[in-house]
Formats: sequence, structure tokens, C-alpha cells
Amino acid sequence: MLNNQGRPTGAGAVAENAHARETFTRNRGLAMEEPLIFEVGRLDSTGVDIDEPEPFTQRLGKHARTAPIDLPGLSEPETMRHYVRLSQKNYAIDLGLYPLGSCTMKHNPRLNERMARLPGFGDIHPLQPVSTAQGALELMDTLAGWLMELTGASAVAMSPKAGAHGEACGMMAIKAAIEARGEGAQRRIVLVPESAHGTNPATAALIGYEVRAIPAREDGTVSVDAVRAALGPEVAALMLTNPNTCGLFEPEVVAIADAVHAAGAFFYCDGANFNAIVGKVRPMDLGVDAMHINLHKTFSTPHGGGGPGAGPVVLSPALAPFAPAPFVRRDGSAFTLVESAAGGQAFGRMTAFHGQMGMFVRAMSYMLSHGADGMRQASEDAVLNANYVRVCLSDVMSAPFGERPCMHEALFDDTWLKGSGVTTLDFAKAMIDEGYHPMTMYFPLVVHGAMLIEPTESESRASLDLFIMTLRDLAFSVQRGDVERFSGAPYHAPRRRLDETRAARQPVLRWTKPPPADGSRIAAE
Amino acid sequence: MAQTLYTKDHEYVRVEGDVGVVGITDYAQNQLGDVVFVELPTVGKAFRKGEQAAVVESVKAASEVYAPISGEIIDANAALEDAPALVNEDSAGRGWFVKMRVADRTELDGLMDEAAYAEFLKTVV
Amino acid sequence: MRYLPLTPDDREDMLRRIGVDHIDALFADVPADKLLQAPPDLPRRKSELEVERALSRMAARNVAACSVPFFVGAGAYKHHVPASVDHLIQRSEFLTSYTPYQPEISQGTLQMLFEFQTQVANLTGMEVANASMYDGSTGCGEATLMAHRITRRRRAVLSGGLHPHYAEVVRTQSAMTGDEVVSLPPDVRAQEDIAAHIDDDVSCVIVQSPDVFGNLRDLAPIAKACHAKGALLIAVFTEAVSLGLVEPPGAMGADIVVGEGQSIGNALNFGGPHVGLFATRQKFVRQMPGRLAGQTVDAEGRRGFVLTLSTREQHIRREKATSNICTNSGLCALAFSIHMTLLGQTGLRKLARVNHANAVKLADMLADAGVEVLNETFFNEFTVRVKGDAASLVERMAQAGVLGGVPVSRLLPGAGLDDLLLVASTEVNTNEDRAALVAALTQ
Repeated sequence: MLNNQGRPTGAGAVAENAHARETFTRNRGLAMEEPLIFEVGRLDSTGVDIDEPEPFTQRLGKHARTAPIDLPGLSEPETMRHYVRLSQKNYAIDLGLYPLGSCTMKHNPRLNERMARLPGFGDIHPLQPVSTAQGALELMDTLAGWLMELTGASAVAMSPKAGAHGEACGMMAIKAAIEARGEGAQRRIVLVPESAHGTNPATAALIGYEVRAIPAREDGTVSVDAVRAALGPEVAALMLTNPNTCGLFEPEVVAIADAVHAAGAFFYCDGANFNAIVGKVRPMDLGVDAMHINLHKTFSTPHGGGGPGAGPVVLSPALAPFAPAPFVRRDGSAFTLVESAAGGQAFGRMTAFHGQMGMFVRAMSYMLSHGADGMRQASEDAVLNANYVRVCLSDVMSAPFGERPCMHEALFDDTWLKGSGVTTLDFAKAMIDEGYHPMTMYFPLVVHGAMLIEPTESESRASLDLFIMTLRDLAFSVQRGDVERFSGAPYHAPRRRLDETRAARQPVLRWTKPPPADGSRIAAE
Repeated sequence: MAQTLYTKDHEYVRVEGDVGVVGITDYAQNQLGDVVFVELPTVGKAFRKGEQAAVVESVKAASEVYAPISGEIIDANAALEDAPALVNEDSAGRGWFVKMRVADRTELDGLMDEAAYAEFLKTVV
Repeated sequence: MRYLPLTPDDREDMLRRIGVDHIDALFADVPADKLLQAPPDLPRRKSELEVERALSRMAARNVAACSVPFFVGAGAYKHHVPASVDHLIQRSEFLTSYTPYQPEISQGTLQMLFEFQTQVANLTGMEVANASMYDGSTGCGEATLMAHRITRRRRAVLSGGLHPHYAEVVRTQSAMTGDEVVSLPPDVRAQEDIAAHIDDDVSCVIVQSPDVFGNLRDLAPIAKACHAKGALLIAVFTEAVSLGLVEPPGAMGADIVVGEGQSIGNALNFGGPHVGLFATRQKFVRQMPGRLAGQTVDAEGRRGFVLTLSTREQHIRREKATSNICTNSGLCALAFSIHMTLLGQTGLRKLARVNHANAVKLADMLADAGVEVLNETFFNEFTVRVKGDAASLVERMAQAGVLGGVPVSRLLPGAGLDDLLLVASTEVNTNEDRAALVAALTQ
């Protein structure tokens, strides 16, 4: 292939060349190979200046450390280089479109980072006198107020540390309410649709419930009839994601909620996809009793390579009394903190201290920035972008639910790949070569070879168009039978495909000192 | 003389006298892909037919293995601990999971023989 | 709106391409009577400047630790964090990336986690560590469940020196599953005989050192007593810096170690986010909760890292998973790892010695001023007996501009320990700070 200057630019040729001419350093231009800190650091080196204390009589008793620590140190310049080089091996929202369905990889405003680092938020202690932390409690109370207004809830438990932790909190409140009714022994079952995220059944099991699956309907939604058929006096709750994991709003959700309540059970809503409906519909108006809110998805606190998250749980009036400690109380312009669960109906405590304050500040900053109008617009844009992607790809890829509009994410299956020799995984890996993070793959489980695309509201029209053109180009390659573009992909990432079987068969989970270079270990074997 | 029988969940049991050697079929290992770990029951434990007796894991999946017959576990294949790949390489031989004492020979009647299993596979593929 | 790139024209164009004339056509599955016709009753959008003003006003109502003599601890500690740590964790590629599910373009996060796991394992003296938990307290809950899975028993024995919040997390979770918890009474002077509570039904014993009152505990005999009965020892710490100077739980026979890692690399943040450290023995690794990064090779034979042993986790095992946990505390783990890299063992030892020296100095000053220090041993935090109610004293000290510690009654209301105060002193305290505390405390 020639470009318009008449020089060879074929991707295959470059890759072969690079492979044939291995560099001395193994670096490839700006793509640096970086050893582990244990391989470059020195035990007597450090990147901090700390003076030895004046001589004193220690009070450690017989507990002084005798075991080696065995951790090398690096000076500051070495440290900077190590982590900057590592960082350059990561994909990121700030680098490009990150269409991971159900993960909501939207822009993370930097103002939020600055706000969370104000000493008045970042440098305060959870156990300093509440009289010296009134602003922190005010922020928690304000955020709680916004969450209640947006969901229609009458209470919110702020302490859960992430979505799954919030799920546990909401389900514990449900369990406590059921026990308070004297039905604890009887109601042992939690209903979970097959399409649910794995955390739902794991959470129900974690707090001692038996999980019963509800089959999915062909159109990707849950039918009220299937729920009714599964309900009974032994059912404690239904856990339903809405909008659901197929990216669809459950059309029968109100009837489902009514059926659940009529059977004396509670409706837990997984709020992972709340970002599609903020400002458009209030979950509590649909009959939800408890729902966690992933602040790191809907309200854009950064994902940080896998956390920290935050998962406040909004509660209906029936569940509000059972919310765990601690909680903030407003008394005029003053705030108090109730830290003990004793005496009331609170079911206990989810974690030390009061929740993810650093995330609260960021989420508050996001909400204040957007305002009611901006949040509604963000939801609409997220839905608009997803549908635009869906429509622009529907002639080359296959959608399991036909032309039906989606919410904030567009779901495709692998019917269109059948017989091509290309799998969903291959297709995803080829996206990496094009500079995109793959979409969510093989989830939800109810759709074969699922590809779940969530562009979010942060993408411009131009960015979406380029993404769509790229996926269309890949699809045309599939049609042409250019399997090679996929089967070996990625060719241009910091690493080619990694051997996950080897990692799992002989787990190496930490660095250990290599055997001496003289080969004595081999000789010993 | 040894006779190998199969379940619809793709376990096999090779009956040698009053001992049944249990494993998963070649079809099952193929479906699973590279096996990375096998969780086996402890020797001495007894299972009823159909109870979960073991778990076999690939990188992205964990599958339950059910006891094809009732009986006590009299041996478990320790070689799988270091070499789970044996399940892929030789599922009918060195990749066996456990040996069970056959508690009720009438249960064997409910299982498929090799020909019937081959027919059954045609219906699932 | 500055975060939304679509223009009104874009929106109209795109709706046309989709084939609908109004955005609400895409919300057709929402019952019409539930669809809000206008934005919710909340303020409109604000500029950066306005938001900064509003939030700065709230922040100004709080007394920051850096602004006063500060001695508050009890599970979260004020330490100096090098400037490079905060700079690095704000790199876009760390801050705005997701869980490393696509290893080819996530080697930065994965290698960092592998390094973090090694650091935690070495620091605690254990064989393996995971990629972190939400915080120490939730890690403690997870460790209890893990012990129950391993031992197939359902009773946990909680030391009276365990942080009361941690104990409450374990009790809350156990109440849900019907597991048994034996909570020993508050043990201010580390005198309890926990071995007497271990029998054949006990799954695990949970002991903290330095404990919540600051005492150092010898875990070796407890581990021995546990193992004699087939139980596991879960060792807890809330001050990670202590491990620079104090014998690690792994060297004393602990089976699972959980700790709070906030002290290294992370700000106080009013209690979160923090980072839970979780380590155990190799043989228990398949029962461990949380993410794990492991080493492997790529198609060209180059070393690389992946998330591994994920069949333990909820997205595969669903209701049979080891935990419902789905996130770790990635960015806080990164902060921990960077700070730990800067320190190295040399820096960590010095930092720990300065902490200990400062606390000893303060304890001596208080004793000289006639205040009773209850501890025989401690690292950087200890318990003193004050005249009258410690909570009101702390309030009075705060009015005088000194954040002087945590009244035990705040953690253990109704325990009859109202005259006890927990005082922590780290490297941030100066001689002037200490003098201010002694003056405020003895006034």
C-alpha cells in the first residue's frame, strides 16, 4: 500500500520490520520497556529526606521488627520516570473514546480534582470534633439532598464504598425490614434476572439469601409475568437493573414493582445505569425501594484504574429507618453526626468512618457544575449518542433486538460474525490497533458474543463519526475475509495478546528474587 | 471388565469392579478450553448421584462437575493439582478426577453407553 | 454546558439520522406519566468559578489538619505525602482508566498492581497479597468470610483491642448470615486471654496490633493457640507505617493480614477513600477475595501482566463468588505504591522511627505534666486518662485551636471509658505542637 507521498505504509510491513530489527534496549521509540522497581531499586536508596530522630528510649517492648522488609527505594527522578513510563502503557478517557458498556467512561472534570484537594476537604480527619468539620457534614447533607431529589427517595445511606458495597447495604436494609416484620425465617429467596450483573447474585448470597434466576425475554427485557410466576411468600426481594444490562429501559417496571409489593417483597434496583435517566425519570416514582448510585459512573468521579468508587444507597420510606450508621443530621444551620447504630433500627455499620468523602466532593462539584438542566442534558446526550452509534452501525453489525431504540448503550451480538473466522474477542482486539478501547464484550450473558457500546455524552459528533467509520471499516474487513487483521490483533499495543492460561495455571502473584545466575538452582533440580 | 458410561452433563464413569473412575468427557474439555484448575473433593467424602462433587475452571469459566453415581470418594487425582492441563490432554486417561466406590449398581442403568452418548452429542452440537 | 460537546445543530442532525423527531421518542419505554417534563427542582448549571466559590466556602468551615497542632488518629493518620505522589496519580493514564480488563493496553496499571502486591506481601511478611480492598474495615469483614470458607466453621472471636468500627462491620455482616461472633470487652491494657476463647468451633480470631488503644501485641502465642484448634489468626493493623519498626504479623504466624494503608501515600479525606491491604498464605490464595494481578508472557514472549484467578470473582462465579467485590481501591493503591517506592525500606524505617520518637517524646511530656499514660508499649499512638470527660475536653481543646485526639467514648459509647483519650503523634508534629497539646490538656 502506498500513501500519497509514495512511501510504503502497509501495517503488516511495518510490524514485520519492527520485529525483524529488535532494538538493543527493547524500547520502540517512545514505547519504553520498564523493569519492576525490585529490579532497579536499591535497598539502601530512598527518595525522601528524613533525619534520624535524636536518641530516645523506645517503647516497643519486645515487638521490634526482626523480619527483613526487603523493599528497595528509588530517588524522586527515578520514581517519576518509572511511573510515567508505566502510565504510558495505559489507555485512558483522556486519550480517546472508551466505549465500555455499563462502565460509563465519561469525562472526569479536573475542577473536581482541585476541589477534593482543598485542605478543608482532603486534610480533615473523620474523628476530629464535628464542630470542626461542619463544612464536610454540610457537603454530605447537600449531596444527599441532591441524590434524593434526583431519585425521589426519602433517605440515603452515604457510607458504602462502591457499587457492590451499596448493593450489600441496600439488601441488608431490606433484610432488616423483613426481620422487623417477623418474616425473616420465611423470606429466604431473592429473584435475579439472568441478564443481571454478577454482583447481584453474589451480593444476595453474601448476606445469606438463596438466589433464584428469572429467565430473560427474547426482547432483552424482564416480563411481569415471569416475575409474578416466581414471586411467593418465600421471596424477600427482586434485584433488577433499570435501565437494564442490555441497555433497555424495562417497559413493565411499574407493573413489576406493583407485583413485588403485592407479594410483600421489596424492589432493589441496581443503579449502575442511572446515568441514562438522571433528570428524566425518578426511580422511586417507578416503585423502587432501594437503589445504589455509582458516583464513579453517573457523577463522574474518576475510575482510577479500578477504584476507588462510591455507592450511596437511596431508600424508600419503608427502608429508611434501617439505614446503617453513620448518618448526618441537620439542625438549623448546624450538623451533627449519628455514629452509633445502637438504640434505633439501623442495621449496623458498613465501614469504618463515614464514606468516600473524596468522591462526595467530586460528585458534588460535578452536580453543581451541571445543575439540574445540565444533568438532564447529559442523560439525553448519552442516550442520543448511543442511538446514533446503533443506527450508524446497524447495517453492518447485528443487533439482537432489532431496530428498538436503546438507552445509553447500544448492544450488538456476533450473528454477523458467524462463519467469518472472527470472534467478538478478535474484533475487540483489532479496535485496539485503531486506537480505541474495546467495548464491553461477552456481557450481558444472555446475548451471544455480546458487544456493548456506551459512548457517553462526552463525545463530540466528530469523535463519534470517526469511531463509527472505524468500526465500519473493521466490519468491511470481516466481510472481505481479512481475518489476519483480527486474529493476531493487537499488533500495535504495548503488548500482544497475553497468555492468561499460563497466568492462571502457574500463578505468579508477586516478584521474588531470581535464583543466582550461576545456575545452581537448575543444577539442584 | 471395564465399562464406560456417560451423563448428559458430560461426566464419564469408568466402572472397574466396584470402583468408578470419574472424569469429564473429551467434548466437555473441548468446550471449556484450557483447564487451569480443578477443585477436587476430599477422600472419604460421600456423594449422592447428581450432587456437585468438583469444580473445573478455565480462565473465564468455572463449571460444576456432578457425581454421576452415588458413593464414597476413595481417591482423587493429585496430579491435577500441578498439571490441570492433563484434563485437556487426556481426559479419559490421566486426566481423571476421582475414584468412587459404587454404592448402587442400579444407578448405572440410567447412564448412557458410548454409542448413546455419541448420539446425544449430535443433539447438543 | 462546558462538559457537553454536542451542539444544538448536532443534536437535531443526529435525531434525524436516527429517524425520530424528539429526544423523548428514545425514552418511549418510560411510562409517560413518569417522564419528567422539566428538569428537577435543583439549581441551574454553574461556572467553574461559581462552583469553586461554593465548595471553598464549605471547605473553609472545616479545620484542616495542616492548620493546627494535630493528634487525631484511631484508624486514620496524618502523614506527609511527597508532592510527586499526588502529581503522578493525577496522570490521565492512571486517573481516567478503567479496571485493566484489556491487558494489552493496561500494562501500566497491571504492573503497578503486581508491584503493589509484592510491597504489601513483604511489608506484612506474608506470601501473597491482593490488589487492595475498599479499606481496612471492609477487608476485615472479607477476611472473616474467607476464614469461614477455609475452616468451614462459623464463629469469629474478636479481640477487645480491635478497632470498634472494624468489629461492628464484622458483626453487621455476620448478623446477616447467621454467623457467630464473640466480641471480647474493651481491652485497654492488652491483658485479655484470647486463647481461652478458642475451641473446635472457632473459625478465626481477629487481633489488632498496634491495637486501637495503641498497645503492641505478641501475636505468636495467639497464632499457636489458633492452629492447635484448627482456627485461623487474622491480624489487623490500622497504621501501616508501624510495620517499618514493629514485627510484621506474617513473622508471628498470622494466616490472613488485613490493614489500612491510608498512612502511606494517602490523605485523610475525612475517612475515605482509603485503601485496604489484604495478604495471606499461598495455600489460601483461591479463597482470597478481590482482584489479583499475575505475571505471564505475550504472544511475542515478552513479560506482561494480567488479572488472574478471576474465576473466584462475582462476574464469573455469580452467587458462588468469594466476594461480591468488584472494584478495588486502585488509585489509592497506586498512591501507596508510589510513596512506598520513594521510601524504600530505608526511608520507611526512618519514617517509623521518627513517628515512634515523636510519640515517645509526647508521652514523656504528658507524664511529666502529671497525665497518666496507660500504655506499656506503643508505636505512634497511646491512651491517656484525663480528668473528667474526654469528649468535652477535646471540644475545649478544639476551641483553643488544638485537635488533641479521639475520646474513646466516641468509638465505644456507653463502655464507661469516658475519661480515656487516644493521642497520636506522627512526623508532622513539631515541638511547638506537642507543647500546645500538653498545655491544652492540662489546663
